[in-house]
Amino acid sequence: MGYWEFLVEYLPKLANGAVMTVMVMVCATLLAVTVSMVFGLMRLSSHFAIQGAATVYIEFFRGTSLLVQLYWIYYVLPLMGLTLSPFISGVLALGLNFGAYGAEIVRGGIQAVPRGQYEAALALNMSPFSRMRRIIIPQIYTIILPPAANLTVELLKATALVALITVVDLMFVAKQINATTWLSAQVFGTALIIYYAMARFALIPFLRWLELIAARKIGKA
Amino acid sequence: MDTTHPQVLPEGSPLVRFSGVTKCYGPLTVLDKLDLDIAQNEMVSIIGPSGSGKTTVLRVLMTLEKINDGVIYVDGEPLTHMPKAGGLTFSTERYLHERRSKIGMVFQQFNLFPHMTALQNCVEAPMQVLGLSREDAEERALNLLELVGMGEKKDQHPTRLSGGQQQRVAIARALAMRPKVMLLDEVTSALDPEVIGEVLNVIRSLNSEHNLTMIMVTHQMGFAREISDRVCFFYEGKIAEQGSPEQLFGDPQNERTKQFLHAVLDAS
Repeated sequence: MGYWEFLVEYLPKLANGAVMTVMVMVCATLLAVTVSMVFGLMRLSSHFAIQGAATVYIEFFRGTSLLVQLYWIYYVLPLMGLTLSPFISGVLALGLNFGAYGAEIVRGGIQAVPRGQYEAALALNMSPFSRMRRIIIPQIYTIILPPAANLTVELLKATALVALITVVDLMFVAKQINATTWLSAQVFGTALIIYYAMARFALIPFLRWLELIAARKIGKA
Repeated sequence: MDTTHPQVLPEGSPLVRFSGVTKCYGPLTVLDKLDLDIAQNEMVSIIGPSGSGKTTVLRVLMTLEKINDGVIYVDGEPLTHMPKAGGLTFSTERYLHERRSKIGMVFQQFNLFPHMTALQNCVEAPMQVLGLSREDAEERALNLLELVGMGEKKDQHPTRLSGGQQQRVAIARALAMRPKVMLLDEVTSALDPEVIGEVLNVIRSLNSEHNLTMIMVTHQMGFAREISDRVCFFYEGKIAEQGSPEQLFGDPQNERTKQFLHAVLDAS
């Protein structure tokens, strides 16, 4: 079978898998962004317990294997009475794991806003909450977006792991086709190209666009 | 009860009083039992060599830094401390929040909010902190931007403004909170020489037409001499000498003052 016939036959199936990959990726990214913000802010809390909780969370999710976390959520939680669908399990593991990395990016971003901005807001008698919400947070995006973009591309590629807990994503479909046809080079080669194309032609331009908007908001573009 | 630091100052007391204020950074004492009174409508300049504690005076009054000893009073009430059980205890954030609006500050580096236009910079705190409606806050902000000559630039972001223009917006932003005392921390030190004048003109008009109480840390000796009611020369965390501009610049008594004035006047 030539590569052309292979594509005609199997590309639609792979495309279906890719749609699932995108869904996992989008949901996991939304969760990761939320987790990053919450735990990034908690890390900077002056309250000992809040800061401590965030540190423990980050250390745990950053310090252990994503694949093991995925298996824990999908295979071990049911033993404790919590059964989650493959999709939910995959999104949770990816979101919680990447959120731990993201939290450190958010913390770094907040700390990178010039000290004078805190002081100006304080001198205007703004409350700690408004200082953060109105003055500091709007300024972190230009700082955190480049490293966050890196992490998002990383997340897209990490979604392939959810195939191992039976989410029918691009990787899962590729493995299925491989098992029945033994056309390993064609099927995994095509999968590589699809992952690359999603990152290169959709995700990265989108993230660049976000960076541009963020720069414009603070008058830098 | 500690009678050196009363819970309230008697009627007719100065607007700002530093009473035995000490501030240390680790082993370094930057303010050493400082006593300083600022009267209503007074324009006080603080001069001195770097490291003499002059900027720290403004920073502790703005509550950007905590003091180690002594009490600062504003408007008759303690600021750094609050009354408790017949004495004074360090202020809580809530106590400070109720009083900090009496003080406004303009910084050497302007510190405008880069994600907001000139107008938004001036509207933000009056709405968030004082609870003004948008219309009221904008009206107040526009008047002040006009006052500093920045009315036409109200919709510009700070990056589109020159240093002098940014500093004038920063002055309007501080004024929008209607502070009782304005603190000016080397407000022209980061400016190009050709725009210093426009900022000094604004300060001049605030002083002469609006009679605002101001404390100004400055290296502009000519300006300090022209505008101040009183000049304080700081040395090693203390006021080494103070007096009217004529007296301090014309006939300094303290050896340190003479040396300092010699050095800076020779340089310029």
